[in-house]
Amino acid sequence: MSATTDEVLPIRESDDVVRVRQAVRVRAVAAGLGLVDQTKIVTAASELARNTLDYGLGGTARIETFTGSPERGVRLTFEDNGPGIPDLERALTDGYTTGGGLGLGLSGARRLCNEFEINSVVGQGTRITIARWK
Amino acid sequence: MDRIPILKLGRALLVSIQVDIHDRLAKALEEDLSERIVATGARGVMIDISGLEIVDSFMGRMLDNIAAVSRLLDADTVVVGMRPAVAITLVELGLSLTGVKTALNVERGMALIGSGQYEEIDGDDALEGGDERNDG
Amino acid sequence: MEDGFATLSKIVGERESAIVTRWRQLLVEAGGSGRIKDAEVEKQCQDFLASFVAGLGGGATSATDPAFAKARELLAEVSRSRANQGFTPTETATFVFSLKEPLFEQVRASYPDDAARVASIGWEMTQILDQLGLYTMEVYQRSREDVVRRQQDEIAELSTPVVKLWEGILALPLIGTLDSARTQVVMENLLQAIVDQSADLAIIDITGVPTVDTLVAQHLLKTIAAARLMGADCIVSGIRPQIAQTMVHLGVELDVVSKATLADALALAFQRTGRTVVRKAIAKG
Repeated sequence: MSATTDEVLPIRESDDVVRVRQAVRVRAVAAGLGLVDQTKIVTAASELARNTLDYGLGGTARIETFTGSPERGVRLTFEDNGPGIPDLERALTDGYTTGGGLGLGLSGARRLCNEFEINSVVGQGTRITIARWK
Repeated sequence: MDRIPILKLGRALLVSIQVDIHDRLAKALEEDLSERIVATGARGVMIDISGLEIVDSFMGRMLDNIAAVSRLLDADTVVVGMRPAVAITLVELGLSLTGVKTALNVERGMALIGSGQYEEIDGDDALEGGDERNDG
Repeated sequence: MEDGFATLSKIVGERESAIVTRWRQLLVEAGGSGRIKDAEVEKQCQDFLASFVAGLGGGATSATDPAFAKARELLAEVSRSRANQGFTPTETATFVFSLKEPLFEQVRASYPDDAARVASIGWEMTQILDQLGLYTMEVYQRSREDVVRRQQDEIAELSTPVVKLWEGILALPLIGTLDSARTQVVMENLLQAIVDQSADLAIIDITGVPTVDTLVAQHLLKTIAAARLMGADCIVSGIRPQIAQTMVHLGVELDVVSKATLADALALAFQRTGRTVVRKAIAKG
């Protein structure tokens, strides 16, 4: 499988969330994803970028396009050195929320992706990798 | 700092969200809207999202907040112009936006505002069996 | 390992035209390439050989190395075009594998008295060509899958037209089995039609759907939910008795009004959009 160059974007303020969305959109289009698939991955990216900012206290987003074999798509990795997620199982269940609102968005984001992997250690940080392909 | 413009359209206020909205802008919008609802006595708030390519849970929360505040100020909130790809994604995401009404476009949206409450009464049928032009 | 590649690279560089000639001969003998013009085959052979040499000389140790990127690209092109033209997998793979013989001949000719050397270089050559050959197969396979998928999409589009029944009332008569991919296409078409025609109501008729299991029901529900999010609504029609029973047994709940026939659904749709149908007396005589 060949991956093309990846880019790493900082997530330090809310404008960065917008930049991440735009970058992912560009990559998704370049990878040949259809409109609905694009919308799904960009929305998932928006959720996770926001989480990185709000709960992870800032971090990075790595965006990678993979083309070639067997799928063409986009892979994203969100990483932060924040407090980590204590009860991962619960966080991945619908409706779970620590702040007021519609939840951490993790379970929703997971449904939008073909691939979803999460690593979180309390006190150290969180890393989430998602991917969407054609 | 830019603020999103709010237009008056009949008995409603119309907001058109075109750009990627960030936190400060969202907060400003919520504040401006509540203020304008009271100032104009608007019966409804129409939010046009036909320019939005995605709606995430943050946006969903904002829409719900606007709807909740408007409801307290006796106004309906109608979201119009949702794109198909966005609708499909929202369903997958699990966002149901229960607090807002939705319509295909501004025209349809206007019909939803104030419906089910007081009906606009025409001059002719205002009073039953009475001549409304009583003097004195 | 690099030594073998370097030597191979030199040999190919020196004997290029002899190799290409023999290679093309073998391709013709293997058959199938009659469908492609000679000049084109020749160009493909030359281009590939050039990129192969570049890869060998680029310090690569295997076919996945970036030095072989150009070679892989060329093979991918060859593979895709053959897949689209209906070549068999064997015919496509032969392009790479039949290069072995002419290469080996030249290696032997270069070291006539050094059997061990010939064996060693020959082994490395066969390994790298095997890898490239397998890569060709993979691309071919994927291209065939793409063709099939495109065809499936076309079938899905053709077999699920969205029909305008009236101003603001659409019908989606579903026919045949609904799998994930097809339902996706159908869903998108319906929602787009709702936008394009500013439809208030969409009647989803499933008379032609043989079975409705939990998965299909889920797809239907998602479609309806999406339509509602956009500001339209749906009516389901054509649920047959067996389907109704299956759904109840499976615990599937369709949170939508359902009518037995499309006609009933249309009547309801008229009602909900504030329309009445009036029969006028036909003038007699």
